[in-house]
Amino acid sequence: MKGRKLVLSLVAVLLLTAFPLAASAAQTLGLVVSTLNNPFFVTLKEGAEQKAQELGVALVVYDAQDDSAKMTSAMEDLIQKKVDAILVNPTDADAVVPSILKANAAKIPVFTIDRGATSGKVVCHIASDNVAGGKMAGEFLAEQIGRSGKVVELVGIPGTSAARDRGKGFHEAMEQYPGIEIVASQAADFNRDKGLTVFENILQAQPEIDGVFAHNDEMVLGAIAAAEAAGKKGIVFVGFDAIDDAVKAVGEGKLAATVAQQPGEMGLLGVEYAVKFLNGEETPDFVPVPLKLVTK
Amino acid sequence: MLCVLLTFMEPRFLTVDNFLNVMRQSSIIGIIALGMTCVILARGIDLSVGSIVALSSIVAAAAVRAGVPFFAAWGIALLVGALCGGINGVIVARLGIPPFIVTLGMMGAARGAALLFTGGAPISGLSGAFRVLGTGSVAGIPVPILVFAGVFVLLYVLLERSVWGEQVRSIGSNPVAAWGSAILVPRITASVFMVSGILSALAGLVLTGRLDAAQPTAGLGYEFGAIAAAVLGGTQFSGGKGTLFGTVLGVLIMGVIGNGINILNVNPFYEQVVRGLVIGVALVFYGRFAARGTARVLQ
Repeated sequence: MKGRKLVLSLVAVLLLTAFPLAASAAQTLGLVVSTLNNPFFVTLKEGAEQKAQELGVALVVYDAQDDSAKMTSAMEDLIQKKVDAILVNPTDADAVVPSILKANAAKIPVFTIDRGATSGKVVCHIASDNVAGGKMAGEFLAEQIGRSGKVVELVGIPGTSAARDRGKGFHEAMEQYPGIEIVASQAADFNRDKGLTVFENILQAQPEIDGVFAHNDEMVLGAIAAAEAAGKKGIVFVGFDAIDDAVKAVGEGKLAATVAQQPGEMGLLGVEYAVKFLNGEETPDFVPVPLKLVTK
Repeated sequence: MLCVLLTFMEPRFLTVDNFLNVMRQSSIIGIIALGMTCVILARGIDLSVGSIVALSSIVAAAAVRAGVPFFAAWGIALLVGALCGGINGVIVARLGIPPFIVTLGMMGAARGAALLFTGGAPISGLSGAFRVLGTGSVAGIPVPILVFAGVFVLLYVLLERSVWGEQVRSIGSNPVAAWGSAILVPRITASVFMVSGILSALAGLVLTGRLDAAQPTAGLGYEFGAIAAAVLGGTQFSGGKGTLFGTVLGVLIMGVIGNGINILNVNPFYEQVVRGLVIGVALVFYGRFAARGTARVLQ
C-alpha cells in the first residue's frame, strides 16, 4: 500500500514537473478564512479577491466561522472540487493538520496565511514580519527622540516567537544609533497590569527616560498609565498590534505610534504566491508581510 | 535582609518614593491575599479570585459607563464579588464538594462571563472619580495602600478579636470538633469564601482605577500570587495556623523581589530563576525562625 502510494506520488511529481503550465489557463484557488466576523479577516479576504481578479484566477471563499469543524468540511469541499491550490487561514494550528494531510494526499498545494499549521506539507506560510515591525518601531522611536537618549524596552513573554522577533528587530534598529542607550529591558508578559508595575519600578531606577518601546500595546498602555500617575511628561511611547485602545491613544496623542498588521496585504500576497507556485516559479517557505506604523 | 541587600546593590531602592511604589503595587495582590488567608485558615482554598477580579471590575466599569454614579458602581462590584464568593461558599459548605474543585469551576465560569459580557475587549476611558481607588492619594499616601491597610485592620479585628475569627480557626484546625461544638460550620465556611470574593472585587476596583481599563483578562494568575503570599507568610495549608501580618510580609517580599528585578534590570530569562531562588531562601529562613519561635514557646 505504502509502496504504491510512493510510486503514485513519484509519477504525480514527474507529471507536474513535466507540464508545469498545464493548468494555468483556468486556475481556481480556494480560500478558507477562520472567520469573517472580524474586520481583520474581511480585509484579508478582500485583498485576496482583489489580487485574484487582477491575475485572472477564480477564487472560492469559505468562512469557517471560527469553528474547526466548519474549516475541515470547507477544506474537504475544496479537495472534492479539485481546486488548484488551497489558501487557508486556520482557526487552529493543530486542528487544520488532518485537512492539510488530505490535501497533500490529493496533491493540492496548501498555503497558510497569518496562522500556521503544526504539521503537514505547506508550500509557504504568509504572515506578518515581526522582525521588520520591531525594527520599524525602533527606528521611529529613535527619530522621535532625536537619535539620542535613554530608552526602555518592555519585553513580551520571554521565549515566545512574537517577543523574540519584535525584540530582535528593535535591537537591530537601536544598533544604528550610538547615541541611544537601552537603560532597561524588562519582561511584562504582554500584560497591561504588568506593564504598569514594571514601568513604575523602572521609573524608580531611571528618572530620565526619553522613549519606551513595548512588544505589544497592552504593555505600552500600562506604561502610559504609570507615567501619567507619576506625572512624567514627554516620554515617547511606541506599541505594537494597533488594538482599538491603542489607536484611540494615538489619536489622543498619548501614544506616538503603534505597529499595525496589514491583513489586506496578507490576502494579496497569498494569492500572488499561490499563482507563482502554480506557474512553476520558486517560492520561499515564508513570505513576510510588511507592517505599517499607525501615527497621528 | 532582602531590602538591605537591594539597597546595597542599587541605592535608589531605598527611597520613600520607591517604598510607597512597592506598597502601592503590592496592595492589589495584598487585599486578595488577606482574604485568601482567611480561606486557608478555614482549611479551604480559593482559585477563583483572579476571575472575580475581572468579572466584578468589568461589571462596575460597564455600570459607570452607563451613567451609574461611581460609588454605586463600586457597590455593584462588591456585590458581584460577594455573590461569586457566596456561591463558592454555599456549594462547599452545603454540598461538601472540595473547595479546590468548586473554586476551579468558579474560576472558569466568572472568567467566561467576563469575556462574554465584553466580547473580549477592555472597557476603558473611565471617570476620574471612579478611578480614585487606584490613582488617588491622601496626604501623600496612595489610596490603594490606605485600602490595603483598612482591609488589614478590619480583618485583624474580625479574625483576632471576634467570635467569627475563633470559629474560622477552629474549623480549620479541627473540623470534626467544630461540627461537634456549637459552631455553625456551613455558615462560617460560606462566609469565609464570601469575604474572599468581596476582597477580590475590591482589589479589582483598585486595579481598574490604576489601569484606567477593566479587562476581561485581568487578574490572570492572581490566585498563585495570593496563595504564595499567604504560605510565604507562614499560613499552613492544613488550616488553623497563620496570621494576617505574616501574609502582609509575604506580599511585600514578593513585591520587593519584582521591584528589585526591574530596578537592577535583571535579564528577563533569569527573572523567574531569581524569583524562585529568593522565595526558596526566604522560606528556609522563615522555617528557621518559626522553629526557633516554637522552641521558645515550648521552653
